[in-house]
Amino acid sequence: MAESIIELQSVNKWYGEFHVLRNINLNVRKGERIVICGPSGSGKSTMIRCINRLEEHQKGHILVDGTELTNDLKNIDAIRREVGMVFQHFNLFPHLTVLENLTLGPIWVLKKPKAEAEETAMKYLNRVRIPEQANKYPGQLSGGQQQRVAIARSLCMNPKIMLFDEPTSALDPEMVKEVLDVMIGLAQEGGMTMLCVTHEMGFARKVADRVIFMDRGEIIEQNTPEEFFSNPQNERTQLFLSQILH
Amino acid sequence: MTTASESLPPPTASTGPIAWVKERLFSSPLNTILTVLSVWIVLMSLPPFIEWALIKASFTASTSQECRASGGACWAFIGQKYRLMLFGLYPYDEQWRPLIAAIVMIAMIIVSTVQRFWNISLLFIWVGGLAVVAILMWGGIFGLRYVEDTQWGGLPLTLILSTFGIALAFPFGILLALGRRSKMPAIKTLCVLYIELIRGVPLISMLFMSSVMLPLFLPEGFSIDKLLRAQIAIIMFAAAYLAEVVRGGLQAIPKGQYEGADSLGLSYGQKMSFIILPQALKIVIPPLCSLFIAVFKDTSLVVIIGIYDLMQSTKVALTDPAWRGFSIEAYVFVSAIYFIFCYGMSKYSQNLEVRLATGHKR
Ligand SMILES: Nc1ncnc2c1ncn2[C@@H]1O[C@H](COP(=O)(O)OP(=O)(O)OP(=O)(O)O)[C@@H](O)[C@H]1O
Ligand SMILES: [Mg+2]
Repeated sequence: MAESIIELQSVNKWYGEFHVLRNINLNVRKGERIVICGPSGSGKSTMIRCINRLEEHQKGHILVDGTELTNDLKNIDAIRREVGMVFQHFNLFPHLTVLENLTLGPIWVLKKPKAEAEETAMKYLNRVRIPEQANKYPGQLSGGQQQRVAIARSLCMNPKIMLFDEPTSALDPEMVKEVLDVMIGLAQEGGMTMLCVTHEMGFARKVADRVIFMDRGEIIEQNTPEEFFSNPQNERTQLFLSQILH
Repeated sequence: MTTASESLPPPTASTGPIAWVKERLFSSPLNTILTVLSVWIVLMSLPPFIEWALIKASFTASTSQECRASGGACWAFIGQKYRLMLFGLYPYDEQWRPLIAAIVMIAMIIVSTVQRFWNISLLFIWVGGLAVVAILMWGGIFGLRYVEDTQWGGLPLTLILSTFGIALAFPFGILLALGRRSKMPAIKTLCVLYIELIRGVPLISMLFMSSVMLPLFLPEGFSIDKLLRAQIAIIMFAAAYLAEVVRGGLQAIPKGQYEGADSLGLSYGQKMSFIILPQALKIVIPPLCSLFIAVFKDTSLVVIIGIYDLMQSTKVALTDPAWRGFSIEAYVFVSAIYFIFCYGMSKYSQNLEVRLATGHKR
């Protein structure tokens, strides 16, 4: 078995009194592609946001590529350099052009020369099939285009791990496909460890190595996509699947 | 609304001058009343003003009696006294120095408004410009006579106090705003205390305190220049207000922007200077502009500690027994100067807002 790149050991988190993550244990192998699903409010976002410290866990251990996430800012910075994240609402920087959005991190965090950063940026813009938008502002693009820019922005940092938090759920239906196509391409290329919160079960079937079902802050069930969809064990999983796979 | 959308005519049909007047000025009874009222007010007040300011005015009289005889405005008074008003008590023969200093400062401000110069060169322009201003104003080297800053006055002084007031309050205010939002309780409390204390006190009493009380606390034989004290008071005062304006902008930035920056691994400083502050400051351009205009005008309060800014020099000019009673002309003149600067700031801020607009929010 390949070594794990992400380890969550008995991770717990509370918002005040509310126990949002309960004893989460998860090992992710290098290059593994994981889809996380579950009802709204089950803690999916919270869990993947703990992996790059956008949220802080309160108990347990999180190790990313051998580095433990603690209050040590050095570790946090090191881990954020390895982990890219794509958000539901894109979170592009509206005052910067697409190209500037893509080169900001490489120039200031990875200390790359500007020309090299721009070259890399154009390479990834080509990959998400919108090189012609490089000098526009995010506000001038469609939702699907913005999300593809956001994916390219993360890829420009050359991360080992990509986190996706419902990347298609804020998009109009006709734009979902163009974003999923990019994600499928990325997954099929291999090498990238991907954790993706999504309800796009077609995507899960096509590329996931493992599907994880969460409910009320717990990982209830995990399995390969074939097993997960054809033979769900837990009744909560069955209920959830019956609701989304009409 | 409905009638307009039903019968929306082709644009050309309604753009004749008569249609324009009808639509803009007489579209409803209230609008008609307001139009008539406005026209009446203008007709009542404009001709007498023009008669006073231009037709009956005297531009060249050499004595005040001659000037008064004309029955209109006495602009000759400005001709007689403009140097006192503009340069205060600065030695008469040396007044070309504050004149050049003022021009240098105005030039620096204009250069700073051009986006092309928004890089490190701006810093050099300011440092260089400041050195020139300081040398010109104080002198003492290059064969220039030394002039104490107690003799400075008029427009250059107003420009110095407000330019540095704004330029230095700006970074200080931003730090205060960031500090007030800090998660570290000590820093946060300090910033809140500072902002609330300063905002709770009128500028005039801060100037007074800086001039009268500060020396009492300083060790024997140690003194800070009076002008510098006033300048510091203005900076401290403006910074507290600026901090609150900037904080308003910071609060308007969605959490996703912070998270986007964090997920790229940007440091706190990078995140603030490249992502958050540019957007926050853009939002608060209109209130910032109001604040700058207020600071510019508030510098006239330094009179209470005996500094001769533009306003006070004007008052001095009015005390000449040979030219008594022309205060209206004098104040119209100073007001015009203040107006030119304030209107310039206001226009520039509108222009900047348009230029920096990038995001059509979706
Ligand atoms: N900052 C917060 N303070 C308090 N409660 C929070 C906070 N953020 C999230 N929660 C709560 O934690 C729970 C889990 O939130 P989370 O966003 O992880 O759910 P999710 O599984 O991603 O749901 P969704 O599918 O709706 O995105 C929710 O009940 C939510 O209300
Ligand atoms: Mg979520």
